[in-house]
Amino acid sequence: MFYFVARRSFFAVILLFVVSIFTFWIFSALPADPAALTCGKNCRPEVIEANRARLGYDKPFIVQYGSYMKGIFAGRTYGADESGVHCSAPSLGYSYDRHECVSSLVAKTLPVTVSIAFGAFVLWMFFGISLGTLAALRRGKWPDHFATVFSVVGISFPSFFLGLLSVLFFVIWTKILPFPHYVGISENPAKWFMALILPWCVLAVLSASTYIRLTRNGILEVMNEEFVRLGIAKGLPRKTLIVKYILRAALTPIATIAGIDFAFLLGGAIVTESVFNLPGLGKLTIAAVVNSDLPILVATTLVSAVFIVVANAFVDIMYGFLDPRVRSK
Amino acid sequence: MTEPLLSVRDLHVNFGTSEGDVQAVRGVSFDIGKGETLAIVGESGSGKSVTASAIMRLNFGADVRVSGSALLEGQDILAMSEEDVRLKRGRDIAMIFQDPLTALNPFYTVGHQIAEAYAIHHPGTSKKELRDLALDSLTKVGIPEPLKRVNQYPHEFSGGMRQRIVIAMALINRPKLLIADEPTTALDVTVQAQILELISAMQEEHGSAVLLITHDLGVVAEVTKRVLVMYAGRLVEVASVEDVFHSPTHPYTRGLLNSVKSLDSERHSHLEPIPGTPPSLIDLPSGCPFHSRCQYAASLNGQCSSEVPELKAVGNSLSACHMPTAELSSLLRSMQ
Repeated sequence: MFYFVARRSFFAVILLFVVSIFTFWIFSALPADPAALTCGKNCRPEVIEANRARLGYDKPFIVQYGSYMKGIFAGRTYGADESGVHCSAPSLGYSYDRHECVSSLVAKTLPVTVSIAFGAFVLWMFFGISLGTLAALRRGKWPDHFATVFSVVGISFPSFFLGLLSVLFFVIWTKILPFPHYVGISENPAKWFMALILPWCVLAVLSASTYIRLTRNGILEVMNEEFVRLGIAKGLPRKTLIVKYILRAALTPIATIAGIDFAFLLGGAIVTESVFNLPGLGKLTIAAVVNSDLPILVATTLVSAVFIVVANAFVDIMYGFLDPRVRSK
Repeated sequence: MTEPLLSVRDLHVNFGTSEGDVQAVRGVSFDIGKGETLAIVGESGSGKSVTASAIMRLNFGADVRVSGSALLEGQDILAMSEEDVRLKRGRDIAMIFQDPLTALNPFYTVGHQIAEAYAIHHPGTSKKELRDLALDSLTKVGIPEPLKRVNQYPHEFSGGMRQRIVIAMALINRPKLLIADEPTTALDVTVQAQILELISAMQEEHGSAVLLITHDLGVVAEVTKRVLVMYAGRLVEVASVEDVFHSPTHPYTRGLLNSVKSLDSERHSHLEPIPGTPPSLIDLPSGCPFHSRCQYAASLNGQCSSEVPELKAVGNSLSACHMPTAELSSLLRSMQ
C-alpha cells in the first residue's frame, strides 16, 4: 500500500511538471506580445521594452519558465533596484493591468471559490446519492419517476438560466434572501451563508442530476451481481445488504468521479460566479480574458491544473483504499 | 414413509416480460428426504435453476409470479413472510452458485464473509469465535495456509479456491438442505471432480440434503442417486441414476444421453444431437412440449400435440410420455 501511494504521488509530481511547462509554453507561444499588453494603446516603445526587461519577457522561454518556477518556491522581484516590485513566495507573476502580484489576487479569490465549491459539493453529493439510491430501490415507483424528472430538468437547464431564475424568485419577487453580496466566513458566517446558498443550490441541482443517474444506474447494475444474490441467499438483513454489498460496490466508482468534479469546480465556477457576482477564481479569470491580462491567465490555468492533477492522484489513492482489487496491482 | 425434508408441490414460476409471460416452471412436484442427494438435469432454459431459486425465494424482478408450495419440514416457504424466509436462508437452506468468480463480495476478506454467514444467524458470537470458525471452515474445505488466507480478498484466490470458500460459507450453519446450482460449470475439469468430492464429503459430515442443479450428466453420475429430468419447465422423467443411464424411459432423456460421448462409445461413432431447439417459453406448443422434436410423436395419432402427458410409472421410473408403458420398455431395450 505504501508503495502504491508513493508511486502514485511520484507520477502526480511528474505530471504537474509536464502540465506547467505545457501551460507556460502555450501562453508564451501566443502571437500577443505580453510586454505590449502591459501599457495602454498609446504606449511608447521605450516603455514596452523597459517592461519587457522587467518582467523577463526578453529572455528565452526556458529561462522564463525557470525564473517562474523559482518564483513559486522562493518569491520573485520584478525589475531591478528600488523600482522593482517584490512578490513573495509563492509568486505566480505580476499583473501590470491591476498593479498587483497575481498570487495575492489568487489568495483573495480562492477562498470564495473554495466556499462555493465545497458547499455545492456537499449538497449535490447528498441529494444526488440519496435520491439516486431511493430511485434504484424503488424502481418504477414514484421516487424513481421523481428522480428521473428532476435529473432531466436539472441537466437541461443551463446554470446561468437557473441562477437568474433563482435570483428573480428568491431575491426580487419573494425577497426571502438579500441580494447576494459575498462576505468572508470569518467576518460574518451568517452573511456568508446567505450569499452562497443560491449559488450552492444552482450548482448542486446541475451536478446532482448527473449523480442521481450515476447512483441509480450503478446500484441497479450491482443489484444484478451474483455476490448480491449470494448475500441474500446467506440471509443478510436488508439494511446490511444495501449498505455493505450494494452501496459499497456502487458508490466506489462514483467517489472517483466526484473527486475530479470537485477539483474542476475549484478551478472556478465561471458562469455561476458571474451570475451571482461572487469575486472568485472564475470571475478573476473572466476579467483577465477580457483585459488580456496574461499573467493572471497563466496563473489561474496553472492553479486549476494543479487542482485536477492533485485530485486525480488523491482519487486514485483513495480508490486503492476503497477497492482491494486496485490496491494489489 | 417418513416425512420428507422438502416437499415441492405444483410449483409454477412466471416472468412477465414485454413480449409476454415466460412460463419458466410449470407444475413441478418432488420430494427430497433428509440427507438425500437429488439432481435436476436439463438444458439451459429448462427451468432447473428457476426451480432452485424458487425454493429459496430468490426469484426477483418486478413481475415474477410464483405459485404452488415448497414445504420445508412442513412449513411452506412460498407462503412465509419475507423476514421468516430470510431467517431460513443460509441457516436451513444454503446455496452454492455457478460462478465462484463473481459470487464473493470483492470488498471484504473471505474470512469476514464466512464469519458473516455465521454471525447473521448467531447474533452475539464474539469476534474471536467467529475468526476461529472461519479458520476452521477454511481448513475443512481444503484451503492451504488458512491463517494467511483468511485475511485475503476474493480476487487473490483461483476459481476452484473461491468455490471452496463459497462451500465453506454455505455449510458453516450446517444447513438441512444445500442447493448447488451448477457448482462445477465454471471450473476447470481437473477442479470439477475435487469440488464434487468436497460437496459429497461435507454432505456426509453435516448430514445435509443436496439438491444439485446441472446440465452435466457426468456430474449427476458421480454424486447422486435420484434424478429429475426437466424440459420446458416440466418434469419429464424421475428415476434413479442407474435407470437414467441404463434404461431411460422418456425420449428426451434418451436424446440427452445420445448427445454425450462416453468413454466406451465407439471411437468413430457420431454424436446424435436432439433435432430442433427447445420451445419458446412464452409461446409454448400445445400438448407435450417435446413433441415437435420427438421421433415417436408421429406414431401416436396426434395425441402428443393435443394432450399434456402426466408423469406415470414405467418400470421403476416415472415418465411423462404418451407412449404406452410396454412400448416404452421395449424401446429402451432396443436401444441397449
